[in-house]
Amino acid sequence: MAQLTYLEAIADALRTEMHKDERVFLLGEDISTYGGAFKLTKNFHEEFGRSRVLDCPISESAIVGAAIGAALNGMRPVAEMQFMDFVTCGFNQIVNVAATTAYRWGIGVPMVVRGPSGGGVGANPFHSRNSEAWFAHASGVKVVCPAFPADAKGLMTASIRDNNPVVFYEHKGLYRKIKEEVPEGEYIIPLGKARIVREGIHATIVSYGSAVHFALSAADELLKEGVSIEVIDIRTLVPFDQETVLASARKTSRVLIAHEASLTAGFGGEIAARIAEHAFEHLDAPIMRVAAYDSPTPFAPTLEKAVLPNSTKVMEATRKLLLY
Amino acid sequence: MNSNKPLDLSAKVPPIKPSKLLSNSRRIEMFTYMLQAREFDLAMQRLNRQGRAFGGVYSQTGNEASSVGSAYALGDKDVLFPMHRNIGGHFVFKQDLNTLMLAFLAREGSLMRGTDGTGHYADVKKRIYGNVSHLGAMIPVAAGFVLASKMRGESVVSMTYIGDGGAQTGEFHEGVNFASVQKLPLILIIENNQYAYSSPNSVEFACVKLSDRALGYGCFGVTIDGTDVELVYETCFKAAERARKGEGPSLIESITMRMRGHAEHDDFSYVSREELEYWKKRDPIDRYQKYLLTKKVLSLDEITSIRTKLIDDIRSAIDYAVDLPFPSGEEGFKNVFID
Repeated sequence: MAQLTYLEAIADALRTEMHKDERVFLLGEDISTYGGAFKLTKNFHEEFGRSRVLDCPISESAIVGAAIGAALNGMRPVAEMQFMDFVTCGFNQIVNVAATTAYRWGIGVPMVVRGPSGGGVGANPFHSRNSEAWFAHASGVKVVCPAFPADAKGLMTASIRDNNPVVFYEHKGLYRKIKEEVPEGEYIIPLGKARIVREGIHATIVSYGSAVHFALSAADELLKEGVSIEVIDIRTLVPFDQETVLASARKTSRVLIAHEASLTAGFGGEIAARIAEHAFEHLDAPIMRVAAYDSPTPFAPTLEKAVLPNSTKVMEATRKLLLY
Repeated sequence: MNSNKPLDLSAKVPPIKPSKLLSNSRRIEMFTYMLQAREFDLAMQRLNRQGRAFGGVYSQTGNEASSVGSAYALGDKDVLFPMHRNIGGHFVFKQDLNTLMLAFLAREGSLMRGTDGTGHYADVKKRIYGNVSHLGAMIPVAAGFVLASKMRGESVVSMTYIGDGGAQTGEFHEGVNFASVQKLPLILIIENNQYAYSSPNSVEFACVKLSDRALGYGCFGVTIDGTDVELVYETCFKAAERARKGEGPSLIESITMRMRGHAEHDDFSYVSREELEYWKKRDPIDRYQKYLLTKKVLSLDEITSIRTKLIDDIRSAIDYAVDLPFPSGEEGFKNVFID
């Protein structure tokens, strides 16, 4: 086992799969010589050649569309969006072509569209978005949002090997911020399995991506006061591991949902509805949510801090939940 | 040809430009596919009037030379990404009538299980990959298909289609540019059939010819008479040769006319009688029939007998398909994802 950052773990998954399976190749903007905007694919072209680390024009529709075409023809492409914000420009390809192909044709589109998402890094409304819920609503696309390096590696491996289109949301704020032991070589975590990151009894925080870390630090603080919080990282929005979430809701009877994406029509709404529908009589408090304010993600640090969720906001909401 | 200026209504119909690449037996084969496309079209129109075909029925009448001549230029490893008015290409790629009729009528056993209709199906064994309604979207996909072939060192040409309307989408631009940069063996036929739904060319673009765009992409481009099947064939054959040599994509604007409304519900009132008359004189089947008769490749009796057989076969396919039930509603819950 090696200590890897979140970014290194994703690169490790890509490299391992590319060595194992010659059908796997990368395409995107500035990924070859330059190594990608975040250097995630640094030196990949030397290891695999430029045709498997393909620099593309600034054309997200062409990048995703070409990935779909290659996937239909026996390859397993991994398309990079330089920032996940730019997936909007390839949206039609994902939701109308990739997402409908299995349903209409019975043919898989084994393609991954991956890239850095999320705020908290002083970017702007166009380099900070958390748009995962859009694809959860598309029907036919798997949606992955890892929070930890080892999970990121294992889930990326599973995504590449999946026969369906996967959108893989990496959190740019986590890229170099966290490091942990990551298994070497082939490592796979199946899609659709939530992880109980911390066991607890007084309340549950259900989250994914950066918000898992907010939840954990809130749980740390509350533990000092003798309050034990269960933290669940759902890891994938589609497929959604409803059972793990429901079991925890039934156990603690109090649920807070936290995600960095904005509140309205965010995936938290779906999680809340599932709990309300299937575990209502087990609840001692209304299901609560912490999410970004319903606005674009602003640029200045003061505004961004105000708008986005963080550990303090999650902790305050958890206290409210516990006191209800 | 100039694709974006008023028609000279008095212009004479030019003679067919015979291709030196075609034997008479292959001429007959192409002509048969054209007739088959026309008869299939007429049958679908009737089924629609009878209320037995639901959803949109998009006539391809007027497009037979463009669709058949282009697909006929491909080899047996090449792939076709047809549009909704390219039924002729399905026949060239040996699709059988029962399979097609099941797909169009969405009956039990259809390739798409009732999840989608018209010509949107894919049949991998026949190397046919249908489109989605967002026209332009399949251009990058068709490019990516042969990007994969190229990576594996396989010689495969990909042919796809777009209209005078769809050529104005962003995906057209991104797809053609990407294919040009990568020098992919892609042939894109722009079927300029004069109307994008009700919108004439003057609403859609301002350039003289749509193939002029090739200069901007750095690929080959040409505008041709899309009602002359031999010209279409020869142009596409040469494009495929260039593609195989690694010379990159071709943008072929094929000038035709959509002889009916966008779909059968459309009264077509926006097209003048004079304009329709002009194009009726250029009916691709009439033009080619006249040529084949003059050159004594076929006699009128032979043509009648070919046509009768085609009509009988289409009737049998309709009889086979219309009595079948629709797929079970349960199919709607399957295959959103596959294993």
